[in-house]
Amino acid sequence: MSDAGGLIEPAVAERVLARALAGGGEFAEVFAERRGGLTMAIDETRIESVQSGAEEGAGVRVFSGGTTYFAHVDGLDPADLERAAAEAASALRADSVEPRPLQAVATTPQPIEQPPGDVPAERKAALLRELDERGRGVGAEIVQFMASYAEARREVAVADSDGLFTGDDRTRVRIGAQSVARRGDAVETGAETLGGCRGFELFDSDPAAIAEQAAGKALTLLDAGPAPAGAMPVVVAGGFGGVLFHEMTGHGLEADHVQKGASVYADKLGEQVAQPLLTAFDDGRLPGEWGSDAIDDEGTPTRKTPVLEEGRLVSFLYDRLTARRGGAASTGNGRRESFRHLPIPRMTNTYIAPGDAEPEAMIAEVKNGFYAVSFAGGQVDPATGDFVFGVSEGYLIEDGKVTRPCRGATLVGNCLQALAAIDAVGNDFEMKTGMCGKGGQKAPVGTGQGHVRIGAMTVGGTEV
Amino acid sequence: MIDLAQRAVEAALAAGASDAEAYASEETGREVRAHGGEVESLTAATKRGVGVRAWTGARVGYAFGTDLAEEGIAAIAARAAEAARVADEDEFAGPPSANGEASQDLPLSDPSIAEWSPARVADLALAVERAALDADRRIAGVEQAVYADAAERVAIASSTGIAGEFESSSCYAYLQALAEGEDGRETGLGFGLARGPAGLDPVAIGREGAERATAMIGARKPESRSCPVVLDATVAASFVALVGGALGAGGVQRGRSPFADRIGDEVAGEALVLHDDGLEPDGFASSPVDGEGVPRRRTALIEGGRLRTYLYDSYTARRGGAASTGNAGRGGYRSQPSVAASNLVVAPGEPSFDEMLRETGEGVCVTDVAGLHSGANPVSGVFSVGASGRAVRGGELAEPLREFTIASDLVSMLRAVRAAGAAPRWVPFGGSVSTPPLLIGEMAVSGS
Repeated sequence: MSDAGGLIEPAVAERVLARALAGGGEFAEVFAERRGGLTMAIDETRIESVQSGAEEGAGVRVFSGGTTYFAHVDGLDPADLERAAAEAASALRADSVEPRPLQAVATTPQPIEQPPGDVPAERKAALLRELDERGRGVGAEIVQFMASYAEARREVAVADSDGLFTGDDRTRVRIGAQSVARRGDAVETGAETLGGCRGFELFDSDPAAIAEQAAGKALTLLDAGPAPAGAMPVVVAGGFGGVLFHEMTGHGLEADHVQKGASVYADKLGEQVAQPLLTAFDDGRLPGEWGSDAIDDEGTPTRKTPVLEEGRLVSFLYDRLTARRGGAASTGNGRRESFRHLPIPRMTNTYIAPGDAEPEAMIAEVKNGFYAVSFAGGQVDPATGDFVFGVSEGYLIEDGKVTRPCRGATLVGNCLQALAAIDAVGNDFEMKTGMCGKGGQKAPVGTGQGHVRIGAMTVGGTEV
Repeated sequence: MIDLAQRAVEAALAAGASDAEAYASEETGREVRAHGGEVESLTAATKRGVGVRAWTGARVGYAFGTDLAEEGIAAIAARAAEAARVADEDEFAGPPSANGEASQDLPLSDPSIAEWSPARVADLALAVERAALDADRRIAGVEQAVYADAAERVAIASSTGIAGEFESSSCYAYLQALAEGEDGRETGLGFGLARGPAGLDPVAIGREGAERATAMIGARKPESRSCPVVLDATVAASFVALVGGALGAGGVQRGRSPFADRIGDEVAGEALVLHDDGLEPDGFASSPVDGEGVPRRRTALIEGGRLRTYLYDSYTARRGGAASTGNAGRGGYRSQPSVAASNLVVAPGEPSFDEMLRETGEGVCVTDVAGLHSGANPVSGVFSVGASGRAVRGGELAEPLREFTIASDLVSMLRAVRAAGAAPRWVPFGGSVSTPPLLIGEMAVSGS
């Protein structure tokens, strides 16, 4: 169990909230955080960039009329917190409410079997050496191999003038492998990651397999030809293929974009936006997943929110402020990078539920098309719906068969058209980890799906 | 501040380090977000912290923290020394030496930051939004108009005698304007940056957003083909930032740059002249010293079409048998130094924008790119990125274009640069870059 008392005394929190509302305002909140972490890397078979961090601080915000007043400080001394409260309240001149007495709400953080902080640093270095050996062992054409290890713990506490007083204790670990393969003048790269809201136990079963996968991708690309250019059917593989749905739909469902008319989904609630074979969720409670937490960064318990039900748009993703404005309840999607940021509606783990198509059959039905196995990332403008994805591993589909690998392909399109063009969802399923950027804030998110086929999409390559 | 940094160095030596360096910073900042004629949020920020780099012989470690009390600093220093023990030996690891005199009179602070009240900068953000709405009746709204500023004091000290301290300030404003199109909305970004709010022009920023959004109304996909491409200054800057990243000696020495082993080679068209300039007063990355206390300077990277040098910090300089170019970059006290460009400056050329379009004849003018971080391979230099812009027909801007990609590799693109425009602009995307528009002789455009 976790509560807020470890970071901030209830009496201090009450005093800070009263101070924050002294000049006016309808609602005040204090968010306190202690964060620590360790990162290291291996490059040129040498352990380097060993880095350890420890920070603590708090952010205080006040709602008054349509405006949020926010101040943050480094440090958790009562004097630091009161300084932040005074700063947030300084511009306010309105009627105020009395904060309600705090009621502690206990939460159950994601279970951590082996806290990474208890594991000697040498074992983490040994893990990286194992990755290095496995990655380089894949073949003589692997000329470079890099791997990284990161652990982070965030203890957070939330107290607000509605009387909520709660907290969470979040531990995440992640490793990444990157390889460079060379043959003559051809240079290709491959990458793979493994991470979760887990302790060091995540690395119990063959973590170094990602090193071989990263090296394998780079080797495959050495045989790659130029990517095709033009519109064609595209089959997207499971796992990190879910970044497609994340960009294409997920961002457009975040209620801040919706309420400003800056989302192509703004007037589509309740409408059929995809074929009935498509059902999708945002789920911040998936055990151990990268985007999971017990509560969001406003103290709302995370939950499983259906967003698409058989192709019908059924929910947006709300934080507290957008829920107030929209007359809805928060869906537990108010997330912030740290105490230095305001919460905004963000995805947690977003995924397309498995369908009933066989992945092999989905490919076999395509005469000529493109098979996107892995993405380097993507980006969307939620207002126009225009998106772009960089394909890190892709192949031609010729006469229903996956043939040669392609380098440097990009997928571009428009959300509503591409979503409606999904004509098959596979019965396989996989989740992957990602770092999502929005409004200058990074957040760990999970993306997932099985194979998904889009009837037509623009592939941007050099083979014009 | 310098006392604090020096105490942290002492603490690391006491914890067993053979050499140490500390970077301390203190920052205050504000941010205003405006929407619909109202202030949506007003943020006041204070940040402070210290980062310690500790060496034990040829091993190096790093730690940072926000607890600047005596015990807090001792704990950070001890963690840095501990991190060094985990690292493997690296014969080139070692503390930097000052390597010359730092410039003393760089004008990096603007008093208007301190003078302007929160209410006044909030009015500036509202004025940016209003300017966009007033500019064109097709502007349906503004997703967000943002003003932000920061004033920072940095101190760097080391056991090898580095001791420097400087202040700087910066601010920016931007907006994302929404235009009502024929089939959906179009967005347009307008932005400006300065050392203080007095240096920003809210009307120009708002109008730029409105013009970019309305220009996209009715956009469609171009035909896939290979053709001349004009990159406007904002797009050119994004690519120049990629080039600057690939010229860092770190990636080069590890064989992970398309520019590795190419000093003296022809890597660009003669029209492209590129410098790194850490002392340019208008550049946001300017400072008297770099992230490890070595004086900033101006370095020619590409001249006469040839690659002149890479960018070095102390570590890569020692490894490459070169001198540091003062390019140890640092994202604040939370990150250890590593090679990075400061301000990348592309020399302006002769032709006006209209003359560049005339020279293009039939082609594409790109005004926005998306997915650069995922669509460009920094090792091979190969890229394919999403783009939008305007068709160029008969030497003039024609219909708007969207949902297409441009693809090439960095060296081929630089070699194909046929002209640099006369009017440069500072752009903060992916780095600090000043560049005019660039005309690329040929690039693959992929649409329908």
